[in-house]
Amino acid sequence: MSTVILTTIICLSILALISAIILYFVAQKFKVYEDPRIDEIQAVLPAANCGGCGFAGCRNFAEALVNAETFEGLNCPVGGAEVMDEAARILGKEAPEVDPLVAVLKCNGTPEFRPKTSRYDGVADCRITNNLYMGETDCSYGCLGNGDCVSACTFDAMYMDPVTELPVIMDDKCVACGLCVKACPRDLIELRKKAKKDRKIYVACYNCDKGGPARRACKVACIGCGKCVKVCTFGAITMENNLAYIDANKCTFCRKCVTECPTNSIIEVNFPPRKPKAEVVTEAVNQRITKG
Amino acid sequence: MLKTFPVGGIHPPENKLTADKTIKYLPVPASVAIPVSQHIGTPAEVIVGKGDIIRTGQVIATSKGFVSSNVHSSVSGKVSKIDNIIDSTGYRHMAVFIDVDGDEWVETINRTPEVIKEIKLGPEDIIKRCLDSGIVGLGGATFPSHAKLSIPPGKKCDILIINGVECEPYLTSDHRLMLEHVEEVLTGITVLMKALGVDRAMIGIENNKPDAVEHLTGIAEDFRGITVHSLKVKYPQGAEKQLIKALVNREVPSGHLPIDVGLVVHNVGTAFAVYEAVQKNKPLFERVVTVTGKSLRNPGNFMVRTGTPVRDLIEAAGGMPEDTGKIVSGGPMMGKALNSTDVPVVKGTSGIILFPESESERPVAGPCIRCGKCITVCPMNLEPYLLMTLAGKGLFEKAENEQITDCMECGSCSFTCPAKRPLLDYIRLGKSTVIRMARERNIK
Repeated sequence: MSTVILTTIICLSILALISAIILYFVAQKFKVYEDPRIDEIQAVLPAANCGGCGFAGCRNFAEALVNAETFEGLNCPVGGAEVMDEAARILGKEAPEVDPLVAVLKCNGTPEFRPKTSRYDGVADCRITNNLYMGETDCSYGCLGNGDCVSACTFDAMYMDPVTELPVIMDDKCVACGLCVKACPRDLIELRKKAKKDRKIYVACYNCDKGGPARRACKVACIGCGKCVKVCTFGAITMENNLAYIDANKCTFCRKCVTECPTNSIIEVNFPPRKPKAEVVTEAVNQRITKG
Repeated sequence: MLKTFPVGGIHPPENKLTADKTIKYLPVPASVAIPVSQHIGTPAEVIVGKGDIIRTGQVIATSKGFVSSNVHSSVSGKVSKIDNIIDSTGYRHMAVFIDVDGDEWVETINRTPEVIKEIKLGPEDIIKRCLDSGIVGLGGATFPSHAKLSIPPGKKCDILIINGVECEPYLTSDHRLMLEHVEEVLTGITVLMKALGVDRAMIGIENNKPDAVEHLTGIAEDFRGITVHSLKVKYPQGAEKQLIKALVNREVPSGHLPIDVGLVVHNVGTAFAVYEAVQKNKPLFERVVTVTGKSLRNPGNFMVRTGTPVRDLIEAAGGMPEDTGKIVSGGPMMGKALNSTDVPVVKGTSGIILFPESESERPVAGPCIRCGKCITVCPMNLEPYLLMTLAGKGLFEKAENEQITDCMECGSCSFTCPAKRPLLDYIRLGKSTVIRMARERNIK
């Protein structure tokens, strides 16, 4: 009996030894070298796998960072400068300064401003509605209100406002990954440069129709009158297809265009309330007097 | 045993309320808006300007490219503006607005009521006349007819198939045409046969129109090569590929046209339009439209000038019922709800249906229970539940591999789904995305 057990143990041990030797050589032959820095970088990245950097996931982006000559064009919008600097330190490279961005909705067509002309009871999916017809209102450019962008957002930075029937973007949570930009079939969401104190001035309209039809469809539509272009002393506003566009890089937040816009389609966000004009003047005069 | 197509199909309630209503001529409206894109393909180019005096039948927009069509004025009067108007696509497109003044026709149009049977034009002249007269397929797809009649080199057509199926519920415009203008239709078919160089034509009619079958069979004996075939009632038999399978048992391969199996299919309405264009020199600017609905006071079939607002049609049929929930242009299965009553009638408008609110509400969709009914009824052998899921999840490449582009959007799957799932909505989304992807790929 004991000989049987003994033979079995010996046989299996020899088999294991042979297998181990074969496996050792196979492992040597098919060895895949992976830069250990990829793991290091990946540990630094936010692991959101949102695709905001343009790569399939954080691992792909880490590989791209390790293999890249410079960091030019590579940026993790979620982690921002902090993460990019850390990655640069690990790799001994330099991270260029990239302006943080934030998503804004280029439509302000609440039911109050943009009355409904029809009722849609089909599938609540913006892509389908957009394929089907111009939407419940008379504006064929504006927000359809079915919330494709909200379902696309993986950072919980958006919600649908039941009163305005428009999506709301929460600046503190938005990481500018761009998923909502891709989800919107009408290209209504734009990633704009983040200014200090989260201040924003932008044209909250995407209507390319001429003044008449645009205004009939929505009270706060850009009618392409061009007043903002004239009033802007910094050349930040351009007019194309009856639609004004404010270049965030040139805008100095002087707010002249906001007051000039006859339809209130240019929006200012997170600014302190304006002082009445007379008061401003008296204050300035008083200051000069005291200085003098 | 009556002929029909073998795979799939449904039988929705027919509701042919207007089957015995004779075609009435609708009075010329006070103003019209004639869209320049009333056909599949490139929109026509406007050649008139504001203030121009136009006569009925005059060309107002010329075709651009091979798959395009001329557009003619349906009224006489003055061009008031060229502007955008919401059309049956649900979006604004360019249209020529004309204020009507009298009804003065272009002199070359023969307005006598007699039927001219002798065909003087040769095949090439017939095709040219179809192009000049803006003839498009009146079954609904509005494909320019001259493009269908010009057989590409290397291909041969042996039978002309005429679609008199009218499988959509409610619609009766083709039915009435076959009863009231049978000689014109048959002469039109003979003209089409001459243009194609074929000596056989088969008319397919569903046997829910026994009067049309009988009437047509009797008179078709006087015309050489035309036979009338009664078909079993089954939706979507009016689809080109299904009709071919039912009548001559040939299968058009995926991604191919009927001409690849030696056939050309035209609608009865198109045959009538071709007759008028070739024999009477009258361009296509009016068509039969069924205006119907269960609560409508006087539903009927009307001969309507293109550009007439839908509102005028509803007025003619007894005014808009109070309980109207949806106005659908086209048939109830494939038609599209309108978002304005200003929408003008175009060449492809076969019917206007007013649904009461109780019938127009969309039911709440439940989860898919994997019963497979949608697969059973799909006439194109597709798997609608799968296509819906793929399109909903944005997996368009996979949907392309599942032949989503073969879908002809008949809506049998949505109609039959016991969970009331919006199958076709998603399949349409997938199909349009896949077609766009394929086009972008071809450009690269």
